[in-house]
Amino acid sequence: MKVSLNWLKDYVNIQMDLKALIDLLTMGGLEVESAIPLGQEFEKIVVAEIETIRRHPNADRLSLVKVRTSHETFSIVCGASNIREGQKVPLALVGARLPNGLQIKRSKIRGEVSEGMLCSEIELGLGQDASGIMILDSKAPLGANVGEAVGLSDIILDLSVTPNRPDCLSVIGVAREIAALTHQRVQYPNVSSSGGGDEIHHRTSVTLLDPDLCPRYVARLIEGVQVGPSPLWMKNRLEKVGIRSINNIVDVTNYVMMEFGQPLHAFDFDLLEEGRIVVRRAQKGEEFITLDGVKRRLDEEMLMICDGVKPVAIAGVMGGLNSEIRDETRTVLLESAYFHPMNNRRTSKNLGLETEASYRFGRGVDYGRCLIVANRAAAMIQELSGGRVVEGAVDAYPHPLKPPSIRFHVPSVYQILGTEIPAPNIKIYFTNLELEIHEEDDTTWVVTPPTFRADLEREIDLVEEVARLHGYDQIPATLPKGPPSVEAMSREFLLEQRAKEIFIRHGYFEVMTYSFTNPASLDRFQLPSDDNRRRYVSILNPLTEDSTVMRTTLLPGLIETARYNLSHKNSDLKIFELKKVYLAQEGERLPMEKKVLAGIAMGQESELHWATPPRPVDFYDVKGCLEDLFEGMQIQGVQYQKIDRIPFLHPGKAAEISLQGERLGVFGEIHPETLTHYDLPGNVFLFEIDFDLVMKRAKEEKKFYPLPKFPAVVRDLSLVVDEDLETERVEQMIRSFEQPLIRDVTLFDVYQGAPIPLGKKSISYRLRYQANDRTLTDEEVNQHHEMIISRLREILKAELRG
Amino acid sequence: MKEELEKIREECQASLALAKSELDLSELRVRMLGRKGTLTQLLKRLGTLPESDRKEIGRQANELKRELETQIEENLHHLREAERKEALRKEKIDVTLPGRRKSFGKKHPLTQILDEIIQIFLRLGFEVVEGPEVELDYYNFEALNIPKGHPAREMQATFFISEDVVLRTHTSPVQVRTMEKKKPPVRVICPGAVYRCDSDPTHSPMFHQVEGLLVDQGITFSDLKGILTVFVHHMFGKETKLRFRPSFFPFTEPSAEIDIECFICEGKGCGVCSGTGWLEILGSGMVDPAVYQFVQYDREQVTGFAFGMGIERIAMLKYGINDIRLFFTNDLRFLKQF
Repeated sequence: MKVSLNWLKDYVNIQMDLKALIDLLTMGGLEVESAIPLGQEFEKIVVAEIETIRRHPNADRLSLVKVRTSHETFSIVCGASNIREGQKVPLALVGARLPNGLQIKRSKIRGEVSEGMLCSEIELGLGQDASGIMILDSKAPLGANVGEAVGLSDIILDLSVTPNRPDCLSVIGVAREIAALTHQRVQYPNVSSSGGGDEIHHRTSVTLLDPDLCPRYVARLIEGVQVGPSPLWMKNRLEKVGIRSINNIVDVTNYVMMEFGQPLHAFDFDLLEEGRIVVRRAQKGEEFITLDGVKRRLDEEMLMICDGVKPVAIAGVMGGLNSEIRDETRTVLLESAYFHPMNNRRTSKNLGLETEASYRFGRGVDYGRCLIVANRAAAMIQELSGGRVVEGAVDAYPHPLKPPSIRFHVPSVYQILGTEIPAPNIKIYFTNLELEIHEEDDTTWVVTPPTFRADLEREIDLVEEVARLHGYDQIPATLPKGPPSVEAMSREFLLEQRAKEIFIRHGYFEVMTYSFTNPASLDRFQLPSDDNRRRYVSILNPLTEDSTVMRTTLLPGLIETARYNLSHKNSDLKIFELKKVYLAQEGERLPMEKKVLAGIAMGQESELHWATPPRPVDFYDVKGCLEDLFEGMQIQGVQYQKIDRIPFLHPGKAAEISLQGERLGVFGEIHPETLTHYDLPGNVFLFEIDFDLVMKRAKEEKKFYPLPKFPAVVRDLSLVVDEDLETERVEQMIRSFEQPLIRDVTLFDVYQGAPIPLGKKSISYRLRYQANDRTLTDEEVNQHHEMIISRLREILKAELRG
Repeated sequence: MKEELEKIREECQASLALAKSELDLSELRVRMLGRKGTLTQLLKRLGTLPESDRKEIGRQANELKRELETQIEENLHHLREAERKEALRKEKIDVTLPGRRKSFGKKHPLTQILDEIIQIFLRLGFEVVEGPEVELDYYNFEALNIPKGHPAREMQATFFISEDVVLRTHTSPVQVRTMEKKKPPVRVICPGAVYRCDSDPTHSPMFHQVEGLLVDQGITFSDLKGILTVFVHHMFGKETKLRFRPSFFPFTEPSAEIDIECFICEGKGCGVCSGTGWLEILGSGMVDPAVYQFVQYDREQVTGFAFGMGIERIAMLKYGINDIRLFFTNDLRFLKQF
């Protein structure tokens, strides 16, 4: 909310400099987002008094004017006819620059010297009046900057008001805070009473048909008004805080709203049929045209202000075209009411119509001051529009609201804040805040907040006030005494970290993509209709067409990321993501959220380097990384099986990963057809792993095995086998011979081509033999090795090579 | 025989002077000292000399033999030294060629910040817990003292899945879920993705927060200040100035926002801190008694505090990133910078 510093000073004494004020407010809970100085544009434009006016010798329409400032006189050539001797006017001195850009120079006009220029409102950007020179108040100090003289030099504070503090949505509200924080009392404006008479009751009435939504409605009548422009000071004050000036009636309602925080509405009384007010709920489907000319469709929970026949305003939101103040309005009915905040907010939200009024009613206004504020506004209207306030007020208030009595235990302050604040200090804080204290005993008080502080309902609310006024910075910092949390020790977080480290060591960059996607991406991956990943959760109000559902797989986001990077020439790419997917569950309100680890690799395996020949990334790069992942997670017995029925994977270059019958994931080369959807070239690999399952199967314990005491002996063997033989079978076979001396079987060469016959391949293994209790002899090792070779030849029909 | 010996000596000297290689020297050795070598032969023939000469000539011959052996050894040594030097002189590489590096990847900048935050709280005895991102209205709002129609709901533009299911707008629902599951003392932090329907350079529809909660007997606002001061000093440096500023959250009271002095302008006021000299980085407060009622904690017995912070915001401030969307575009040139 914008608030003018000059305006604030009407109600509270502000001695400190701007920085201190900003700190005071901010550290008191009213954060100052910005402080913008106004009136800087009036440099060298000063208040001058007209001494003499003479006719210009060479021009009928011009005059020669002598003006004086505090200590100098100037000769000015002027074309306006509204000036008189003795008046005070704005004088733009040589060197001044007007808001419209005009630079003032010493000049000769028809032979006469002009040492400056007298200005109109419009030339100063202060109003619309171009008819003559702006006449300033006779009390304006000579030589003073015009901006200051007309109250334009000011500072506008932009405050961030939290939703619990609607009382601060007004100048007086902010002044009250400053007063409370600086141990002062705010100076409320003098407001005359509504007078003792009951004249108004003969003229109008207020009927509350729905007092639950409108607990209080005050009406006053002002007759014989002359609608016209507001005086400059009022226009300035309103415009500085962002409110457009309309006329002297509407401006008063806005002015007093800014002053007290109580929105007001002015009706043209002559347009109210039967001359009375009825407050009731709207009928479903009822239509109403608001001030802005828009036809609104209402529902039966929206509160309407009506005359004897028809609606004339949406309560606390906006008035109607049918009763607004016009130039010919003679009698004004002024409304000052308290509407149910939550209902008002609902109406405003459902209509998509937020106004200065609804902003305040929706957060709660001061029900205790409806009448005072009405009186204040009525008196101002009378003053500015020459009308007469009709004696008496209608105050429809069937069940007066009362602030709560809050039981307050002084020791609670220490319990919550952790610092001892003496009771007398607390009392001062409460008094500063206009809270009433009734002491039951030394430590138990009954505290009654003022009507403008509806946010204070419970003891804890009062403790917060103590903290706020005492100053958060006065509360010491300590460390809690309790024991640390020792459960689980955040196992999942640590496992995730470990997994990420492994991928990073393989050159993968971690990415984060949006959790939203669109169902079309599932089509692009050709997922069958019964696939789990088709069970997505839809967003009712998505931001874009591309983000209508929660993702069920990380792959579309990753492949989009790859596409993006490729189009930005980042063609060598290894990325992974470890995040959640969301699978709708039958009969459950919430989806199942699973952590998935997925990634994509494409382009060259390593960066261009003089000593390393370039090599495109391949299936085994990805597999190696996954093998390292499972080793890092201490998961043993992972199996890789060829799989040709994953629609988005190349049928000959894809594998399923499983662990004791449980599926851990898949990986392989992306199907060329899938790639075409994303404008990606060939040779792109992906993997997707069920990370929840990985975490479940991961182990942490490490075990020590004594180092071998006797040397190992290695023997190589090369076999020529069918090219379709899966090499893993050979290793399994060797292990199945249960030779206790074999420690390691390492495949170190796979070869196809001459001299190996077509349809065959050569595979070579290195076997490492070792015994725990002795050094093996060559003869012993040879014997075992020969046995293995002969059995392999026999089972695999394999030829021994070389 | 004496003359013979002198001749051998001369020959030895001449040969030594001529010997340019190991081969020359070993030839000389064989020629003189080998089994059939000239000097060896001469020594064998010493017995044929008269006794009077035998002693003197024998001494001289043996001396020559020793000298020659030493000389050959010495020359061999020099030769080898020179050869090694020559070889080393020839074996050279260009030390300015780039080395073979492992091309490691990197963690996402948000993960790096998150890890840093989590590590600090792990040291402070907190435990990491997580909660669902697709969340019941009850946990996201209701049980956090934000009933339907509360203005705070409108401040968090919410994605809806159904009338009572939303994408969580903050990590705070994990507070409630944690307290439902566990009796005090509770010391947890809850990192994770959150969602709001907003998209511009400073707002992303998905972003990340870390929530923290500490509930126990006798926990006070002082403790809140203490823990979060330690955190800020670890995260931003121990010289960092910070302030606790009153604010409002429906589920905490008293509530505080924590600002650190702007590290761009050092508090003087700049574009990044909107001229205030301070950067807002954390929201916090004492858990509101209303929340304890929802989770059936005895508000007379326990007190506690909660806090939350936005990871993107911290990362943007720390690295000077001006567009939040960069985090989710995942341009490799961006990811490589951190």
